[in-house]
Amino acid sequence: MDKKRFTISVFTEDVVGILNRVSIIFTRRKINVESIAASESEIKNIYRYTIVITETENQVKKVVGQLEKQVEVVKAVFHTDSEIVHQEIALYKIKTGVLASGGNAEKIVRSHNARVLSVETEFSVIEKTGHKEETQQLFDELQPFGILEFVRSGRVAITKPMKTLSSIVLQLEELVKN
Amino acid sequence: MENLAIKTNIRKQLMTGSQAVVHSLIAEGVDLIFGYPGGAIMPVYDALYDVEDKITHILTRHEQGATHAAQGFARATGKVGVCLATSGPGATNLITGIADAQIDSTPLVCITGQVTSHLLGTDAFQETDIIGISMPVTKWNFQVTRAEEIPFALAKAFFIAKSGRPGPVLIDITKDAQFETLHFDYKPFKGMRSYVPTPKLNLDKVKEAATLINSAKKPFVLFGQGVLLARAEKEFKEFIEKAGLPSAWTIMGLSALDSDHYLNVGMLGMHGNYAPNKLTNECDVLIAIGMRFDDRVTGDLNRYAKQAKVIHIEIDPAEIDKNVKTDVAVLGNAKESLKALIDLVIKKEHKDWLENFRKLEKEEYNEVIKKELNPKAKLMSMGEVINKINLYSNQKNIIVSDVGQHQMIACRYAKFKQTRSSITSGGLGTMGFCLPAAIGAKMGMPDTQVIGIIGDGGFQMTIQELGTIFQFKTAVKIVLLNNEFLGMVRQWQELFFDKRYASTTMVNPDFQTIVKGYGIKVKKINKREHLEEAIKEMLSYEGSYFLEVMVGKENNVFPMIATGASVSEIRLK
Ligand SMILES: Cc1ncc(C[n+]2csc(CCOP(=O)(O)OP(=O)(O)O)c2C)c(N)n1
Repeated sequence: MDKKRFTISVFTEDVVGILNRVSIIFTRRKINVESIAASESEIKNIYRYTIVITETENQVKKVVGQLEKQVEVVKAVFHTDSEIVHQEIALYKIKTGVLASGGNAEKIVRSHNARVLSVETEFSVIEKTGHKEETQQLFDELQPFGILEFVRSGRVAITKPMKTLSSIVLQLEELVKN
Repeated sequence: MENLAIKTNIRKQLMTGSQAVVHSLIAEGVDLIFGYPGGAIMPVYDALYDVEDKITHILTRHEQGATHAAQGFARATGKVGVCLATSGPGATNLITGIADAQIDSTPLVCITGQVTSHLLGTDAFQETDIIGISMPVTKWNFQVTRAEEIPFALAKAFFIAKSGRPGPVLIDITKDAQFETLHFDYKPFKGMRSYVPTPKLNLDKVKEAATLINSAKKPFVLFGQGVLLARAEKEFKEFIEKAGLPSAWTIMGLSALDSDHYLNVGMLGMHGNYAPNKLTNECDVLIAIGMRFDDRVTGDLNRYAKQAKVIHIEIDPAEIDKNVKTDVAVLGNAKESLKALIDLVIKKEHKDWLENFRKLEKEEYNEVIKKELNPKAKLMSMGEVINKINLYSNQKNIIVSDVGQHQMIACRYAKFKQTRSSITSGGLGTMGFCLPAAIGAKMGMPDTQVIGIIGDGGFQMTIQELGTIFQFKTAVKIVLLNNEFLGMVRQWQELFFDKRYASTTMVNPDFQTIVKGYGIKVKKINKREHLEEAIKEMLSYEGSYFLEVMVGKENNVFPMIATGASVSEIRLK
């Protein structure tokens, strides 16, 4: 079976150590996590981890099964890129002089719909949101001008086909009551 | 459970965290625990001192022994096994037993002391990150840093350990939390939204399974510990009898059915029986119940039951399709699932199909079993020792085995007439399991004959637990099958490494002298004509008894499925 890129969304209770429990499932199968992002979800006290891996679908299914088995994991799902809307954010630090010189750098920034976040005398910070390929493209184009620092966030993704988290949680809470 | 407050009579009482630990245990109905004291857990030990009439603490000789004893206790009784240990080395010594309990789904609650909370992360004396270390091998773990968390954490721990697919839980309690005071208010844990212990039975899936079973010409049941854990022995028997299903147990399913039941066709796996392994690749419907298709059971997955439709009756959704692709998955507790299935299956006998098993059984009998049980060699075989135990006992013993050749022989040849009467380390294969597990089993089932079957290698891995037997006068019977080799490894060296016996020869001490030193009645035999009398004497002896039998040094366990081979390539020699 061919390996593909999958985005796994893991919804967990807000407890210490859960990130460790989640990551163990990947490390024990020697799966490299390409990116991970975590934040509170639309429901208070439920955290959402967005994890990107490249694996066979078969393997991903097993991983998701084992994730969901963790006592403090509420739900785990996996999707291919076409089933999600996803973004990453990248920050680029370059010399302010490069931008101010009226040369190409500024044009490049504008053509990428990137935004100048901050301008200091020494350096400026540019922000670009998009898919990895897009933030990478901007990186490649700015590189000749000298990039002082670069950072990219993990992928965050919203799934297209999915029952709402709140309906899932409601269902689970009913189960506990009965 | 409802009347906990009345039972414990201490509701809302002000007490220390350590007192809350012991009162939580009492509230959970715990009256026996295994452990080993040390600095960070001393307050709990101090609290135990006041409740000695309610909780018996068994001081094992090593924390690993405490975990295996708790496992033996849990496996024999169906209750949660409880262990107590100090921080640092005490806690890390628990890991092997916890890992064993995790892979064999044994409910344990392990409580460890931890350094005072303000020292966490500072490499304090006897600090280890036991939460981090135990995370991959626990069903759940939690660190308590405040006394008021204790009743809730323990209630949750017991709930998680025993519900759904059982497993080990670890609660790490900092020393300051043990000293702090709280208003004790124990409420049993009712559940949580992120944890569905038992999936709701889907009746459509049950119907689908029944349709497949009813149309099958060669149906075949594989059953594991799930039957025991769900206490579904009765339903299981009724189900297979009604539908006329030949059934094979995994090593963990041993004793869920009478050994001599006409539909019991023996054990699956690497050293299991010939017929069930061979016919796995001939059946048309494979019905797996409470088992997880371990690689030791399946052999090469690419050549495993490819011709069959697979029904998997299982409580843990993560097991579905993990190793073997399932056609119908029936998720739920085995007892409920089987109850629902019984009504839907048609009464059948499958005589011809069963006859196939009988034929292969005969082959195995002539090639292997007959020779193992009636050997011509001067030295005894392991099988004849087990067979004599069958012959001279009522077969209602609990057989606890260690790991190696003797384990395979014990599991193959011991007769089981009582549920939960085989205790062995199946998934992890932990040498050293037997002696402490036998102690725990005997303490849980004091009126049952508990017999440990052990090799000269594994015996020396937890030999210090003889001290526990001595101190607590535990009347276990220990049969040491001494081949002066790490037999199972030696067998592999013989078969697959050109007989290059690297580090498998055992130069053993005089076990008789050692065991006698622990006040245990001992006997050693090396002649067949003494076997009968020795077994009889051991079985009728009141106290603990150690029988050392010198067996053939280079005997092999057969049948065997070589690594990478298909189940149907099982060899008789
Ligand atoms: C803790 C541990 N270490 C190593 C092994 C690997 N191992 C499996 S069987 C075996 C030999 C066991 O020898 P013995 O206890 O004498 O039993 P026998 O096979 O001779 O019956 C070994 C070393 C193991 N299963 N567990």
